[in-house]
Amino acid sequence: MTRFHTDTASSRLSRRDALRGALGLGIAVEFLGGRAWAASEGAQAGKKLVVIICRGGMDGLSVSPPIGDPNYAALRGSIAVPGFGQPNGALPLDSAFGLHPALASVHGLALKGQARIAPAVATPDRARSHFEAQDVLESGGAVVYGTTSGWLNRSLEAMGPAGKVQAISIGATAPLLLRGKVETASWAPGGAPERDHRLPGILQDLYANDPLLSQALASGLSTESMAKIATTDANQALMADTTMMAATAPPADASMMAVGAAQMPPAAAAGRLNPRQNIEAARKLGATLAGLMVQPDGKQVAGVSFDGFDTHANQNGVLAARLTYLDAFIDGLVTGLGPAWKDTVVVAATEFGRTAHVNGTDGTDHGTASTALVLGGGLKPGGIIGDWPTLQAGKLFEARDTAPTMDMRGLFKGVLTEHMGVDRRALDTVIFPDSAAAAPASGITA
Amino acid sequence: MAIAPLAVDRDLQAAIAATRFGLGAKPGQLDAYRADPRGWLISQIRHGGADQPQANPATAAQRVAAFRDYAQQRRTEKQDGTLQKGDKADPVKMAARLLRDDTAVDFLARVRLAATTDADFRERWALFWCNHFTVAATKLVTATVVGPFEQEAIRPHVFGRFQDLLLASSTHPAMLLYLDQAQSIGPDSMAASFIARKGKKPGLNENLAREIMELHTVGVGAGYTQADVTEFARAMTGYSIGGLRQDRGEPGQFLFRGAAHEPGSRTVMGKTYNQADGEQAWAVMKDLAGSPHTAHHLAVKLATHFVADDPPPGLVARLERSYLDTHGDLAALARTLVASPEAWEPQARKFKTPYEFMVSSWRAAGIAPDSLAGVAPVLNGMGQKAFSAPSPKGWSEESAVWCAPDAIVKRMAWSEGFAAGAIGDRDPSGLARDVLGARLTPLVATAIARAETRPEGLAILLMSPEFQRR
Repeated sequence: MTRFHTDTASSRLSRRDALRGALGLGIAVEFLGGRAWAASEGAQAGKKLVVIICRGGMDGLSVSPPIGDPNYAALRGSIAVPGFGQPNGALPLDSAFGLHPALASVHGLALKGQARIAPAVATPDRARSHFEAQDVLESGGAVVYGTTSGWLNRSLEAMGPAGKVQAISIGATAPLLLRGKVETASWAPGGAPERDHRLPGILQDLYANDPLLSQALASGLSTESMAKIATTDANQALMADTTMMAATAPPADASMMAVGAAQMPPAAAAGRLNPRQNIEAARKLGATLAGLMVQPDGKQVAGVSFDGFDTHANQNGVLAARLTYLDAFIDGLVTGLGPAWKDTVVVAATEFGRTAHVNGTDGTDHGTASTALVLGGGLKPGGIIGDWPTLQAGKLFEARDTAPTMDMRGLFKGVLTEHMGVDRRALDTVIFPDSAAAAPASGITA
Repeated sequence: MAIAPLAVDRDLQAAIAATRFGLGAKPGQLDAYRADPRGWLISQIRHGGADQPQANPATAAQRVAAFRDYAQQRRTEKQDGTLQKGDKADPVKMAARLLRDDTAVDFLARVRLAATTDADFRERWALFWCNHFTVAATKLVTATVVGPFEQEAIRPHVFGRFQDLLLASSTHPAMLLYLDQAQSIGPDSMAASFIARKGKKPGLNENLAREIMELHTVGVGAGYTQADVTEFARAMTGYSIGGLRQDRGEPGQFLFRGAAHEPGSRTVMGKTYNQADGEQAWAVMKDLAGSPHTAHHLAVKLATHFVADDPPPGLVARLERSYLDTHGDLAALARTLVASPEAWEPQARKFKTPYEFMVSSWRAAGIAPDSLAGVAPVLNGMGQKAFSAPSPKGWSEESAVWCAPDAIVKRMAWSEGFAAGAIGDRDPSGLARDVLGARLTPLVATAIARAETRPEGLAILLMSPEFQRR
């Protein structure tokens, strides 16, 4: 609990501190240490990192239900995940924690020591506003609107000399997580039929004085040509995968479906996609990202975001569909990465958790701490990451939410330093400004 | 209101009026603007509200009621075992298709209005408020009511008083369902004790109350606390719709459920509200609408939408003052925006959203789409799925969000296909002069003149920085 107290102290930073933090970002990482580049050389050269943002406030108490916590069932009432062995029950991790039954692939990884949960992490933000909390989660700032670039973008500077470690976001729009000084790629399914081979060149000339447009076009064209290869690879990987052999081939327009499915909650998708197609679209999206990462000169770092976790009412159906999609995406990614999975870490995190109590509409309202999933072929085996605060009445944050025992920045810092070899000083000052008090989580991959 | 003269000449004013305030010029429109660009914009402000798209005439209430019937029938058939999967004639499936088709008709009508209207500043202004009070089709229960919500709650009020717009939004069935207000029950209300006797646990849902404070009115920096949100949510209990259970209300219409209202006085942001029933939340909303925090929040949002991601402080201050001086008169606010010199800087700093880009392309070509198939999949691919903003915050205003590499490649691909079908035997160079006017640069004019084919010329125009920005 000591770390929890540290965190709340840092969340009370003044406006002046915030400004100083923002100004601090003007310092380029390379002037901080003069240390050897991290993820672009030596042992770290082939390391890969995927960060998944689950938007809307993902309910940690359903993602990794604390079945062994004596207060869980009573607090959750109608929406409690049933216990181990019961119909639709939690998939056991240990005697205390399980995983949501929709997370079967993640559970399979956990049984091999390749998936762990951090059940009580939170950003420093306590406002319970989606938009503030997502801003803090993605910017890595100590306070909201402290910076307009994303921590994953800033960490690229610390991983290698300019352009060496490349990153990509999946989706039609760019998430704050990867926005910033370092140019990054983005990709979404849908293809780009090139009728006129002259047009890209003409436009590059016209965009000479418009850096935003010229960088976007150049990066988009290069990623599109890589994606053509990756999509072919993804199909081959999925078809070769034994679990896929029995499945029907994905529909011809699965790529367009994946665009929609990645960006909208399942309820809206349900009108067009049946559950089976939804799962196939998610697997294919995961496998295609894998293809973009394993190609020669592929992307080492990726940011993905999924919407639809804001479950104020009738939570069980909505959440099961979202988690099924997440699980299938991860399954596709792991399958597609193949041998590279051993060098990959995936972190899935959300802006905040939800109330410990069920609300009046079989849902939950905005809360504080939630679960982050940490997955990887080379994970160090271990139990939960961080401490479990328990759901005792006196232990709930403001008598309503799971209390944070770990700062989200500490979790990200742990992954960046152990897995990608990023320098601690850069982590404390530039990547996560003013965050020295949030110690990196340890024992994740090293 | 006295309008100070502007530094830019009238030709450039006309070109700016068409793109920064309007939805992009149609051929011939700039000639009409040229005599008095600002007067032309101001003439579009009218107290009757925005134009109404020629959408499906079924009201939100009718559609909510139809959805309830459909859901009920589906449940019954599931229980009876009469639900046949994959049966096209299945009445349940047919109902589901009809629900979807309503939405398609609504969205296409909205796009066609934008693509064809001469009063395109009025439409931009309406679209701004539709996004400010976002209801998205991302939930099954709201999938069919986004169009009616905009038509019934937003469009009639966009040049009225902000507090009336706020009330219209906060009592509309679409918003009450989208942000889970309809079923929120005061923990100490009569309804709660009734339900508790049946062994269920009713309670508060604070979703709408929070978003009214954070997104619709004072904004997150206004200094309210979790306790204020909870108190406001308690005051809001009872704001619901008819037909949820056996009740006296009209199915799908706003209904204040006195039995669900939390009794007692409430304290929100330091002020105590002793009103009874629905008057209590309305009193809170009036105070929220009148707050200087709301004036500031709306001023920043408007200036960000129309002028720059990082808006000029002078413009924000003018809008804020206008809002406070006129007690939230939105027509006065629109006039202030047009009159502000900061809004007329020559540099186009905003990057069009996919919707704005496609609408302005149709306008430039002088055509309107006639089927949703040519609209919805493309918008989806560029990241702006029809009627489906990703969260209650609505679509982003940030250039960096929309100018992502993948989205630019998709815009280019769409422009090529669109241009091939749209240009006909027209001269793309003439079209470029016609729709960009004084904003057309020699570089782009030359590139269009050197195009190998007419479609290539139009594609260059649509993908030029001048056209992509506004």
